[in-house]
Amino acid sequence: MIRESLIMRIHYITGISALFVVAVHITMRLLMPFDSSIEYQNIIANYHNIAYSILLESILVLIAIHGFNGLRIMLLELRQNRLWENGVTIFTISAMMTVVAYGTRTIILAQGLGA
Amino acid sequence: MNELIKRIKMFRNNHPAGDENADNEKNIREKINLKVFRTNGKSESHFDTFEIPIMRWTTVLDALLHAKSYCDSSIGIRYSCRMASCGSCGMKINGIPRLACYTKISELKGGIVSCEPLANFPQIRDLVTDFSVFFNHHKQIQPFIQNENIQTEDREVLTEYIQKPEDVDKYLQFSYCIKCGLCYSACPTVATDTKFPGPQALSQAYRYSVDNRDNALGKRQNIIDDRHGIWRCHFAGSCSAVCPKGVDPALGIQLLRGHMLRFSKNEQKLAELQDRGLDKS
Amino acid sequence: METSKESNSTVRNNREGLKGWLNPARYGWERVSYWFQRLTGLFLLIYFIGHVYETSSLTGGQAAWNALLALTQTVQGHIFLILVIGASTFHSVNGIRLIFTHGGMGLGKPGRPDYPYDALSLNYRQKSGIWISLILAALAMLYGADVLFGTK
Repeated sequence: MIRESLIMRIHYITGISALFVVAVHITMRLLMPFDSSIEYQNIIANYHNIAYSILLESILVLIAIHGFNGLRIMLLELRQNRLWENGVTIFTISAMMTVVAYGTRTIILAQGLGA
Repeated sequence: MNELIKRIKMFRNNHPAGDENADNEKNIREKINLKVFRTNGKSESHFDTFEIPIMRWTTVLDALLHAKSYCDSSIGIRYSCRMASCGSCGMKINGIPRLACYTKISELKGGIVSCEPLANFPQIRDLVTDFSVFFNHHKQIQPFIQNENIQTEDREVLTEYIQKPEDVDKYLQFSYCIKCGLCYSACPTVATDTKFPGPQALSQAYRYSVDNRDNALGKRQNIIDDRHGIWRCHFAGSCSAVCPKGVDPALGIQLLRGHMLRFSKNEQKLAELQDRGLDKS
Repeated sequence: METSKESNSTVRNNREGLKGWLNPARYGWERVSYWFQRLTGLFLLIYFIGHVYETSSLTGGQAAWNALLALTQTVQGHIFLILVIGASTFHSVNGIRLIFTHGGMGLGKPGRPDYPYDALSLNYRQKSGIWISLILAALAMLYGADVLFGTK
Protein backbone atom coordinates (compact mmCIF):
# COMPACT_ATOMS: atom_id res chain seq x y z
CA MET A 1 0.00 0.00 0.00
CA ILE A 2 1.24 3.50 -0.86
CA ARG A 3 2.19 5.57 2.18
CA GLU A 4 -0.04 8.55 2.86
CA SER A 5 2.99 10.86 3.00
CA LEU A 6 3.82 9.95 -0.63
CA ILE A 7 0.21 10.51 -1.71
CA MET A 8 0.23 13.95 -0.06
CA ARG A 9 3.54 14.86 -1.73
CA ILE A 10 1.92 13.97 -5.06
CA HIS A 11 -1.13 16.06 -4.03
CA TYR A 12 1.02 19.14 -3.35
CA ILE A 13 3.16 18.71 -6.50
CA THR A 14 0.14 18.21 -8.80
CA GLY A 15 -1.53 21.25 -7.19
CA ILE A 16 1.41 23.57 -7.82
CA SER A 17 2.07 22.20 -11.33
CA ALA A 18 -1.60 22.54 -12.27
CA LEU A 19 -1.49 26.18 -11.27
CA PHE A 20 1.19 26.92 -13.91
CA VAL A 21 -0.36 24.95 -16.76
CA VAL A 22 -3.86 26.33 -16.08
CA ALA A 23 -2.36 29.85 -16.07
CA VAL A 24 -1.02 29.22 -19.61
CA HIS A 25 -4.40 27.75 -20.65
CA ILE A 26 -6.26 30.85 -19.41
CA THR A 27 -3.71 33.20 -20.99
CA MET A 28 -4.43 31.54 -24.34
CA ARG A 29 -8.10 32.54 -23.92
CA LEU A 30 -7.12 36.14 -23.29
CA LEU A 31 -4.71 36.57 -26.23
CA MET A 32 -7.71 37.57 -28.33
CA PRO A 33 -11.19 38.75 -27.31
CA PHE A 34 -12.76 36.03 -25.14
CA ASP A 35 -15.76 35.46 -27.45
CA SER A 36 -13.46 34.93 -30.47
CA SER A 37 -11.11 32.65 -28.53
CA ILE A 38 -13.89 30.11 -27.95
CA GLU A 39 -15.06 30.00 -31.56
CA TYR A 40 -14.93 26.53 -33.11
CA GLN A 41 -12.18 27.35 -35.61
CA ASN A 42 -9.90 28.85 -32.98
CA ILE A 43 -10.41 25.98 -30.57
CA ILE A 44 -9.63 23.41 -33.29
CA ALA A 45 -6.55 25.42 -34.24
CA ASN A 46 -5.44 25.18 -30.62
CA TYR A 47 -5.82 21.40 -30.65
CA HIS A 48 -3.75 21.14 -33.87
CA ASN A 49 -0.85 22.68 -32.00
CA ILE A 50 1.00 19.69 -30.50
CA ALA A 51 2.56 21.71 -27.67
CA TYR A 52 -0.86 23.01 -26.65
CA SER A 53 -2.34 19.50 -26.80
CA ILE A 54 0.40 18.27 -24.49
CA LEU A 55 -0.40 21.18 -22.19
CA LEU A 56 -4.10 20.22 -22.19
CA GLU A 57 -3.26 16.60 -21.47
CA SER A 58 -1.05 17.63 -18.56
CA ILE A 59 -3.83 19.86 -17.17
CA LEU A 60 -6.20 16.91 -17.45
CA VAL A 61 -3.89 14.52 -15.62
CA LEU A 62 -2.69 16.97 -12.94
CA ILE A 63 -6.13 18.30 -12.02
CA ALA A 64 -7.71 14.86 -12.11
CA ILE A 65 -5.09 13.50 -9.68
CA HIS A 66 -5.26 16.56 -7.41
CA GLY A 67 -9.04 16.92 -7.51
CA PHE A 68 -9.98 13.29 -7.03
CA ASN A 69 -7.41 12.84 -4.27
CA GLY A 70 -8.97 15.88 -2.56
CA LEU A 71 -12.36 14.22 -2.89
CA ARG A 72 -10.93 10.95 -1.50
CA ILE A 73 -9.60 12.84 1.54
CA MET A 74 -12.98 14.47 2.20
CA LEU A 75 -14.88 11.21 1.80
CA LEU A 76 -12.43 9.25 4.00
CA GLU A 77 -13.05 11.77 6.76
CA LEU A 78 -16.81 11.29 6.57
CA ARG A 79 -17.13 7.65 7.56
CA GLN A 80 -14.73 5.05 8.86
CA ASN A 81 -15.14 1.41 8.07
CA ARG A 82 -13.30 -0.94 5.75
CA LEU A 83 -16.11 -1.15 3.19
CA TRP A 84 -16.48 2.64 2.91
CA GLU A 85 -12.74 3.31 2.81
CA ASN A 86 -12.04 0.69 0.14
CA GLY A 87 -15.12 1.85 -1.77
CA VAL A 88 -13.93 5.47 -1.69
CA THR A 89 -10.45 4.51 -2.91
CA ILE A 90 -11.80 2.38 -5.76
CA PHE A 91 -14.42 4.99 -6.72
CA THR A 92 -12.01 7.95 -6.80
CA ILE A 93 -9.33 6.06 -8.76
CA SER A 94 -11.86 4.81 -11.33
CA ALA A 95 -13.50 8.25 -11.63
CA MET A 96 -10.08 9.84 -12.11
CA MET A 97 -9.14 7.33 -14.83
CA THR A 98 -12.50 7.75 -16.56
CA VAL A 99 -12.19 11.55 -16.69
CA VAL A 100 -8.58 11.33 -17.96
CA ALA A 101 -9.56 8.76 -20.61
CA TYR A 102 -12.57 10.80 -21.73
CA GLY A 103 -10.56 14.04 -21.94
CA THR A 104 -7.71 12.29 -23.78
CA ARG A 105 -10.23 10.93 -26.28
CA THR A 106 -11.39 14.51 -26.99
CA ILE A 107 -7.81 15.74 -27.44
CA ILE A 108 -6.97 12.88 -29.86
CA LEU A 109 -10.19 13.18 -31.86
CA ALA A 110 -10.00 16.98 -32.04
CA GLN A 111 -6.57 16.72 -33.69
CA GLY A 112 -8.17 14.86 -36.57
CA LEU A 113 -10.92 17.46 -37.06
CA GLY A 114 -10.71 20.08 -39.81
CA ALA A 115 -11.06 23.72 -38.88
CA MET B 1 -1.19 63.25 68.54
CA ASN B 2 -4.37 65.25 68.19
CA GLU B 3 -3.77 65.42 64.49
CA LEU B 4 -3.54 61.62 64.32
CA ILE B 5 -6.83 61.16 66.27
CA LYS B 6 -8.45 63.69 63.95
CA ARG B 7 -7.29 61.73 60.92
CA ILE B 8 -8.54 58.44 62.36
CA LYS B 9 -11.93 60.02 63.02
CA MET B 10 -12.03 61.38 59.48
CA PHE B 11 -11.18 57.93 58.08
CA ARG B 12 -13.93 56.31 60.16
CA ASN B 13 -16.44 58.90 58.96
CA ASN B 14 -15.53 58.17 55.36
CA HIS B 15 -15.52 54.39 55.86
CA PRO B 16 -18.44 53.49 58.12
CA ALA B 17 -18.79 50.02 59.65
CA GLY B 18 -20.27 47.43 57.28
CA ASP B 19 -18.53 49.02 54.30
CA GLU B 20 -17.17 45.60 53.32
CA ASN B 21 -20.70 44.41 52.66
CA ALA B 22 -21.40 47.55 50.68
CA ASP B 23 -18.35 46.74 48.54
CA ASN B 24 -19.70 43.24 47.95
CA GLU B 25 -23.05 44.69 46.94
CA LYS B 26 -21.27 46.88 44.41
CA ASN B 27 -19.37 43.89 43.03
CA ILE B 28 -22.55 41.94 42.39
CA ARG B 29 -22.86 43.08 38.82
CA GLU B 30 -26.10 41.45 37.95
CA LYS B 31 -27.78 38.11 37.66
CA ILE B 32 -27.27 35.90 34.67
CA ASN B 33 -29.21 32.99 33.30
CA LEU B 34 -27.12 29.86 33.31
CA LYS B 35 -28.37 27.33 30.78
CA VAL B 36 -27.13 23.86 31.61
CA PHE B 37 -27.38 20.90 29.24
CA ARG B 38 -29.01 17.96 30.97
CA THR B 39 -28.97 14.34 29.91
CA ASN B 40 -28.88 11.02 31.67
CA GLY B 41 -28.32 9.04 28.50
CA LYS B 42 -31.83 7.53 28.68
CA SER B 43 -34.46 10.24 28.40
CA GLU B 44 -34.33 13.11 25.93
CA SER B 45 -31.78 15.82 26.62
CA HIS B 46 -32.83 19.38 27.51
CA PHE B 47 -31.53 22.63 28.98
CA ASP B 48 -32.26 23.75 32.56
CA THR B 49 -31.94 27.46 33.25
CA PHE B 50 -30.81 28.85 36.61
CA GLU B 51 -30.65 32.46 37.71
CA ILE B 52 -27.24 33.03 39.29
CA PRO B 53 -25.92 36.20 41.02
CA ILE B 54 -22.43 36.99 39.76
CA MET B 55 -19.47 39.10 40.89
CA ARG B 56 -16.81 40.60 38.65
CA TRP B 57 -14.60 37.59 39.23
CA THR B 58 -17.21 34.82 39.04
CA THR B 59 -16.12 32.04 36.70
CA VAL B 60 -18.46 29.72 34.86
CA LEU B 61 -17.37 26.94 37.22
CA ASP B 62 -18.29 29.13 40.23
CA ALA B 63 -21.71 29.73 38.68
CA LEU B 64 -22.22 26.02 38.01
CA LEU B 65 -21.21 25.15 41.56
CA HIS B 66 -23.60 27.85 42.87
CA ALA B 67 -26.38 26.24 40.83
CA LYS B 68 -25.39 22.82 42.13
CA SER B 69 -25.32 24.04 45.76
CA TYR B 70 -28.46 26.14 45.84
CA CYS B 71 -30.67 25.18 42.88
CA ASP B 72 -30.21 21.58 41.74
CA SER B 73 -27.73 19.25 43.38
CA SER B 74 -28.13 16.66 40.62
CA ILE B 75 -26.16 18.64 37.99
CA GLY B 76 -23.40 16.35 36.70
CA ILE B 77 -20.08 18.18 36.37
CA ARG B 78 -16.43 17.12 36.56
CA TYR B 79 -13.89 19.51 38.08
CA SER B 80 -10.91 19.41 40.37
CA CYS B 81 -8.18 22.06 40.67
CA ARG B 82 -10.22 25.21 39.80
CA MET B 83 -7.02 26.78 38.38
CA ALA B 84 -6.66 25.47 34.82
CA SER B 85 -4.13 22.84 35.80
CA CYS B 86 -6.07 19.58 35.83
CA GLY B 87 -8.08 19.93 32.61
CA SER B 88 -11.21 18.38 34.12
CA CYS B 89 -13.82 21.09 33.61
CA GLY B 90 -13.69 21.42 29.81
CA MET B 91 -17.10 22.13 28.29
CA LYS B 92 -18.72 24.11 25.51
CA ILE B 93 -19.46 27.55 26.91
CA ASN B 94 -21.59 29.67 24.60
CA GLY B 95 -20.78 27.20 21.82
CA ILE B 96 -16.98 27.28 22.14
CA PRO B 97 -14.87 24.72 24.05
CA ARG B 98 -13.38 26.35 27.16
CA LEU B 99 -12.32 25.47 30.70
CA ALA B 100 -15.15 26.49 33.06
CA CYS B 101 -12.66 27.46 35.79
CA TYR B 102 -10.70 29.68 33.39
CA THR B 103 -13.65 31.54 31.87
CA LYS B 104 -14.92 34.57 33.73
CA ILE B 105 -18.56 35.38 33.10
CA SER B 106 -17.63 39.06 32.75
CA GLU B 107 -15.65 38.10 29.62
CA LEU B 108 -18.73 36.63 27.96
CA LYS B 109 -21.25 38.68 26.06
CA GLY B 110 -24.94 38.77 26.94
CA GLY B 111 -26.88 37.76 30.00
CA ILE B 112 -27.19 34.09 29.10
CA VAL B 113 -24.35 31.62 29.56
CA SER B 114 -24.94 28.22 28.00
CA CYS B 115 -22.97 25.18 29.13
CA GLU B 116 -22.92 22.00 27.05
CA PRO B 117 -20.72 18.89 27.15
CA LEU B 118 -17.65 18.95 24.89
CA ALA B 119 -18.49 18.02 21.31
CA ASN B 120 -16.79 14.92 19.83
CA PHE B 121 -16.71 13.15 23.21
CA PRO B 122 -19.36 10.55 24.10
CA GLN B 123 -21.72 11.93 26.74
CA ILE B 124 -22.00 10.28 30.13
CA ARG B 125 -24.29 12.60 32.09
CA ASP B 126 -25.05 16.32 31.86
CA LEU B 127 -21.68 18.05 31.33
CA VAL B 128 -19.58 14.95 31.94
CA THR B 129 -18.04 13.25 28.90
CA ASP B 130 -16.13 10.03 28.30
CA PHE B 131 -12.41 10.60 27.57
CA SER B 132 -11.46 6.96 26.90
CA VAL B 133 -11.27 7.31 23.08
CA PHE B 134 -9.27 10.52 23.47
CA PHE B 135 -6.81 8.87 25.87
CA ASN B 136 -6.52 5.84 23.57
CA HIS B 137 -5.37 8.13 20.76
CA HIS B 138 -2.86 9.69 23.14
CA LYS B 139 -1.50 6.27 24.18
CA GLN B 140 -1.19 5.10 20.60
CA ILE B 141 1.49 7.63 19.69
CA GLN B 142 3.65 6.22 22.53
CA PRO B 143 4.00 9.38 24.61
CA PHE B 144 7.11 8.45 26.56
CA ILE B 145 10.86 8.70 26.10
CA GLN B 146 12.25 5.77 24.16
CA ASN B 147 15.93 5.14 23.63
CA GLU B 148 17.02 1.61 22.84
CA ASN B 149 20.69 2.48 23.26
CA ILE B 150 20.30 3.40 26.89
CA GLN B 151 19.75 0.72 29.46
CA THR B 152 17.10 1.57 32.00
CA GLU B 153 17.01 -1.68 33.94
CA ASP B 154 20.11 -1.54 36.12
CA ARG B 155 19.41 1.11 38.73
CA GLU B 156 23.03 1.04 39.89
CA VAL B 157 24.34 2.61 36.70
CA LEU B 158 21.19 4.60 35.84
CA THR B 159 22.08 8.21 35.19
CA GLU B 160 20.63 11.44 33.79
CA TYR B 161 20.62 12.96 30.32
CA ILE B 162 22.31 16.29 29.87
CA GLN B 163 19.90 18.76 28.25
CA LYS B 164 20.63 22.40 27.51
CA PRO B 165 17.90 25.05 27.99
CA GLU B 166 17.68 25.50 24.19
CA ASP B 167 17.03 21.75 23.82
CA VAL B 168 14.21 22.04 26.35
CA ASP B 169 12.71 25.08 24.58
CA LYS B 170 12.06 22.96 21.48
CA TYR B 171 9.43 20.88 23.23
CA LEU B 172 8.59 22.68 26.46
CA GLN B 173 5.40 24.38 25.28
CA PHE B 174 4.00 21.09 24.00
CA SER B 175 4.69 19.41 27.35
CA TYR B 176 2.35 21.95 29.02
CA CYS B 177 -0.61 20.00 27.62
CA ILE B 178 -3.11 19.20 30.40
CA LYS B 179 -5.20 16.83 28.21
CA CYS B 180 -8.35 18.86 28.75
CA GLY B 181 -9.70 17.82 25.33
CA LEU B 182 -10.68 21.34 24.17
CA CYS B 183 -8.55 21.02 21.01
CA TYR B 184 -10.07 17.62 20.25
CA SER B 185 -13.54 19.09 20.64
CA ALA B 186 -12.82 22.08 18.35
CA CYS B 187 -11.11 20.10 15.55
CA PRO B 188 -13.23 19.86 12.37
CA THR B 189 -11.56 16.60 11.31
CA VAL B 190 -12.23 14.91 14.66
CA ALA B 191 -15.86 15.99 14.22
CA THR B 192 -16.29 13.43 11.45
CA ASP B 193 -13.23 11.13 11.53
CA THR B 194 -13.25 8.75 14.49
CA LYS B 195 -9.84 7.29 13.60
CA PHE B 196 -8.02 10.63 13.41
CA PRO B 197 -5.72 10.91 16.48
CA GLY B 198 -6.61 14.58 16.97
CA PRO B 199 -4.50 17.65 17.73
CA GLN B 200 -3.57 16.61 21.26
CA ALA B 201 -2.06 13.24 20.31
CA LEU B 202 -0.33 14.60 17.20
CA SER B 203 1.24 17.53 19.02
CA GLN B 204 2.54 15.07 21.61
CA ALA B 205 4.06 13.04 18.78
CA TYR B 206 5.99 16.20 17.86
CA ARG B 207 6.85 16.88 21.52
CA TYR B 208 8.65 13.51 21.77
CA SER B 209 10.13 13.66 18.27
CA VAL B 210 12.12 16.82 19.12
CA ASP B 211 13.08 15.72 22.62
CA ASN B 212 16.76 14.85 22.34
CA ARG B 213 16.48 12.08 24.93
CA ASP B 214 14.24 10.13 22.57
CA ASN B 215 15.23 8.26 19.41
CA ALA B 216 11.93 6.68 18.39
CA LEU B 217 11.08 9.30 15.77
CA GLY B 218 10.79 6.77 12.95
CA LYS B 219 8.57 4.50 15.02
CA ARG B 220 6.13 7.31 15.84
CA GLN B 221 6.12 8.59 12.26
CA ASN B 222 5.14 5.12 11.08
CA ILE B 223 2.15 5.21 13.42
CA ILE B 224 0.88 8.58 12.23
CA ASP B 225 1.74 8.24 8.51
CA ASP B 226 -1.64 6.68 7.87
CA ARG B 227 -4.72 7.53 5.82
CA HIS B 228 -6.34 8.72 9.07
CA GLY B 229 -3.11 10.06 10.53
CA ILE B 230 -1.31 13.40 10.55
CA TRP B 231 -2.20 14.21 6.91
CA ARG B 232 -5.85 14.67 7.82
CA CYS B 233 -4.95 17.89 9.67
CA HIS B 234 -5.86 20.80 7.38
CA PHE B 235 -4.57 23.59 9.61
CA ALA B 236 -7.98 25.00 10.50
CA GLY B 237 -6.20 26.28 13.64
CA SER B 238 -9.25 25.81 15.88
CA CYS B 239 -7.22 23.62 18.27
CA SER B 240 -4.71 26.40 18.90
CA ALA B 241 -7.46 29.01 19.18
CA VAL B 242 -9.10 27.19 22.11
CA CYS B 243 -6.00 25.82 23.90
CA PRO B 244 -5.98 27.33 27.42
CA LYS B 245 -2.29 26.61 28.05
CA GLY B 246 -0.59 28.04 24.96
CA VAL B 247 0.41 24.59 23.71
CA ASP B 248 -0.49 25.57 20.13
CA PRO B 249 -1.08 22.01 18.83
CA ALA B 250 -1.43 23.24 15.23
CA LEU B 251 2.18 24.50 15.35
CA GLY B 252 3.49 21.14 16.58
CA ILE B 253 1.56 19.23 13.91
CA GLN B 254 2.79 21.46 11.06
CA LEU B 255 6.40 21.30 12.29
CA LEU B 256 6.23 17.50 12.52
CA ARG B 257 4.75 17.35 9.04
CA GLY B 258 7.57 19.60 7.85
CA HIS B 259 10.05 16.97 9.09
CA MET B 260 8.07 14.20 7.38
CA LEU B 261 7.91 16.11 4.09
CA ARG B 262 11.63 16.87 4.39
CA PHE B 263 10.79 20.61 4.21
CA SER B 264 12.79 20.99 7.40
CA LYS B 265 15.30 18.84 9.18
CA ASN B 266 14.89 17.55 12.67
CA GLU B 267 18.31 18.65 13.92
CA GLN B 268 18.13 16.38 16.87
CA LYS B 269 21.41 15.36 18.42
CA LEU B 270 20.85 12.73 21.04
CA ALA B 271 21.47 13.98 24.54
CA GLU B 272 24.52 12.70 26.31
CA LEU B 273 24.35 10.89 29.58
CA GLN B 274 25.75 12.50 32.66
CA ASP B 275 28.98 10.86 33.77
CA ARG B 276 28.48 9.65 37.33
CA GLY B 277 32.05 8.44 37.53
CA LEU B 278 30.87 4.91 38.07
CA ASP B 279 33.61 3.43 35.88
CA LYS B 280 36.29 4.93 38.10
CA SER B 281 34.70 3.65 41.27
CA MET C 1 -5.30 3.12 12.95
CA GLU C 2 -7.79 1.39 15.28
CA THR C 3 -8.42 3.60 18.25
CA SER C 4 -11.13 2.15 20.36
CA LYS C 5 -12.61 -1.19 21.23
CA GLU C 6 -15.94 0.50 21.77
CA SER C 7 -18.76 0.07 19.33
CA ASN C 8 -18.95 2.54 16.48
CA SER C 9 -22.16 4.05 17.80
CA THR C 10 -20.50 4.95 21.12
CA VAL C 11 -17.53 6.49 19.32
CA ARG C 12 -19.87 8.49 17.09
CA ASN C 13 -21.91 9.68 20.08
CA ASN C 14 -21.86 13.49 20.23
CA ARG C 15 -19.50 13.91 17.21
CA GLU C 16 -20.17 17.33 15.78
CA GLY C 17 -20.21 15.96 12.21
CA LEU C 18 -20.77 18.29 9.27
CA LYS C 19 -22.84 20.54 11.57
CA GLY C 20 -19.50 21.84 12.78
CA TRP C 21 -19.04 23.43 9.35
CA LEU C 22 -22.17 25.53 9.64
CA ASN C 23 -20.58 28.34 11.60
CA PRO C 24 -16.97 28.72 10.39
CA ALA C 25 -16.62 32.11 12.10
CA ARG C 26 -16.55 30.57 15.60
CA TYR C 27 -12.82 29.89 15.61
CA GLY C 28 -11.29 32.67 13.53
CA TRP C 29 -9.96 33.19 10.02
CA GLU C 30 -8.06 29.91 9.79
CA ARG C 31 -11.32 28.00 10.16
CA VAL C 32 -12.94 30.20 7.50
CA SER C 33 -9.99 29.41 5.21
CA TYR C 34 -10.44 25.67 5.87
CA TRP C 35 -14.13 25.94 5.01
CA PHE C 36 -13.58 27.94 1.82
CA GLN C 37 -10.69 25.72 0.67
CA ARG C 38 -12.94 22.65 0.89
CA LEU C 39 -15.97 24.23 -0.73
CA THR C 40 -13.96 25.79 -3.58
CA GLY C 41 -12.13 22.48 -4.08
CA LEU C 42 -15.39 20.56 -4.43
CA PHE C 43 -16.89 23.24 -6.66
CA LEU C 44 -13.82 23.27 -8.94
CA LEU C 45 -13.84 19.48 -9.24
CA ILE C 46 -17.47 19.59 -10.36
CA TYR C 47 -16.62 22.36 -12.82
CA PHE C 48 -13.59 20.40 -14.12
CA ILE C 49 -15.71 17.32 -14.86
CA GLY C 50 -18.32 19.52 -16.54
CA HIS C 51 -15.64 21.31 -18.54
CA VAL C 52 -14.15 18.04 -19.80
CA TYR C 53 -17.63 16.94 -20.84
CA GLU C 54 -18.39 20.33 -22.40
CA THR C 55 -15.25 20.37 -24.57
CA SER C 56 -15.96 16.83 -25.78
CA SER C 57 -18.81 18.31 -27.85
CA LEU C 58 -16.08 19.50 -30.21
CA THR C 59 -15.91 15.99 -31.61
CA GLY C 60 -19.56 16.32 -32.71
CA GLY C 61 -18.63 19.09 -35.15
CA GLN C 62 -19.23 22.84 -35.25
CA ALA C 63 -23.01 22.60 -34.77
CA ALA C 64 -22.70 20.56 -31.58
CA TRP C 65 -20.01 22.92 -30.23
CA ASN C 66 -22.08 26.01 -30.97
CA ALA C 67 -25.19 24.45 -29.42
CA LEU C 68 -23.35 23.74 -26.17
CA LEU C 69 -21.66 27.13 -26.26
CA ALA C 70 -25.06 28.80 -26.51
CA LEU C 71 -25.96 27.24 -23.15
CA THR C 72 -22.94 28.80 -21.46
CA GLN C 73 -23.19 32.18 -23.19
CA THR C 74 -26.04 33.28 -20.97
CA VAL C 75 -26.09 35.60 -17.95
CA GLN C 76 -26.32 32.58 -15.61
CA GLY C 77 -23.48 30.89 -17.50
CA HIS C 78 -21.32 34.00 -17.15
CA ILE C 79 -22.09 34.28 -13.42
CA PHE C 80 -21.15 30.61 -12.99
CA LEU C 81 -17.87 31.25 -14.82
CA ILE C 82 -17.14 34.29 -12.61
CA LEU C 83 -17.66 32.07 -9.54
CA VAL C 84 -15.23 29.55 -11.06
CA ILE C 85 -12.65 32.32 -11.53
CA GLY C 86 -13.07 33.44 -7.89
CA ALA C 87 -12.98 29.89 -6.54
CA SER C 88 -9.89 28.93 -8.53
CA THR C 89 -8.02 32.09 -7.50
CA PHE C 90 -8.79 31.60 -3.80
CA HIS C 91 -8.07 27.85 -3.93
CA SER C 92 -4.72 28.42 -5.68
CA VAL C 93 -3.37 31.30 -3.57
CA ASN C 94 -4.60 29.86 -0.28
CA GLY C 95 -3.41 26.42 -1.39
CA ILE C 96 0.15 27.70 -1.83
CA ARG C 97 -0.01 29.24 1.66
CA LEU C 98 -1.24 25.92 3.03
CA ILE C 99 1.52 23.91 1.34
CA PHE C 100 4.10 26.12 3.05
CA THR C 101 2.37 25.94 6.44
CA HIS C 102 1.93 22.17 6.12
CA GLY C 103 5.69 22.10 5.78
CA GLY C 104 6.04 24.09 8.99
CA MET C 105 7.04 27.36 7.28
CA GLY C 106 5.90 30.84 8.31
CA LEU C 107 4.67 29.69 11.69
CA GLY C 108 7.46 30.68 14.04
CA LYS C 109 9.55 28.70 16.49
CA PRO C 110 8.25 27.06 19.64
CA GLY C 111 9.23 28.81 22.85
CA ARG C 112 8.14 29.27 26.44
CA PRO C 113 4.43 30.10 26.49
CA ASP C 114 3.39 33.09 28.54
CA TYR C 115 0.02 34.52 29.55
CA PRO C 116 -2.32 35.24 27.69
CA TYR C 117 -1.04 32.29 25.65
CA ASP C 118 -1.67 33.60 22.14
CA ALA C 119 -1.01 30.83 19.64
CA LEU C 120 2.13 31.44 17.58
CA SER C 121 0.79 29.55 14.57
CA LEU C 122 -2.26 31.80 14.26
CA ASN C 123 -0.05 34.80 13.48
CA TYR C 124 -0.69 37.76 11.21
CA ARG C 125 1.41 36.31 8.38
CA GLN C 126 -1.10 33.49 8.13
CA LYS C 127 -4.13 35.75 8.51
CA SER C 128 -2.72 38.12 5.88
CA GLY C 129 -2.31 35.15 3.54
CA ILE C 130 -6.01 34.35 3.92
CA TRP C 131 -7.05 37.99 3.44
CA ILE C 132 -4.82 38.32 0.36
CA SER C 133 -6.38 35.15 -1.11
CA LEU C 134 -9.86 36.57 -0.55
CA ILE C 135 -8.95 39.98 -2.00
CA LEU C 136 -7.26 38.42 -5.06
CA ALA C 137 -10.30 36.20 -5.60
CA ALA C 138 -12.56 39.27 -5.50
CA LEU C 139 -10.29 41.15 -7.94
CA ALA C 140 -10.15 38.16 -10.29
CA MET C 141 -13.94 37.97 -10.22
CA LEU C 142 -14.19 41.67 -11.05
CA TYR C 143 -11.77 41.21 -13.95
CA GLY C 144 -13.73 38.16 -15.11
CA ALA C 145 -16.98 40.13 -14.94
CA ASP C 146 -15.37 42.88 -17.01
CA VAL C 147 -14.21 40.39 -19.66
CA LEU C 148 -17.50 38.50 -19.82
CA PHE C 149 -20.01 41.32 -19.41
CA GLY C 150 -17.87 44.32 -20.28
CA THR C 151 -16.72 45.84 -23.53
CA LYS C 152 -13.66 43.63 -24.08
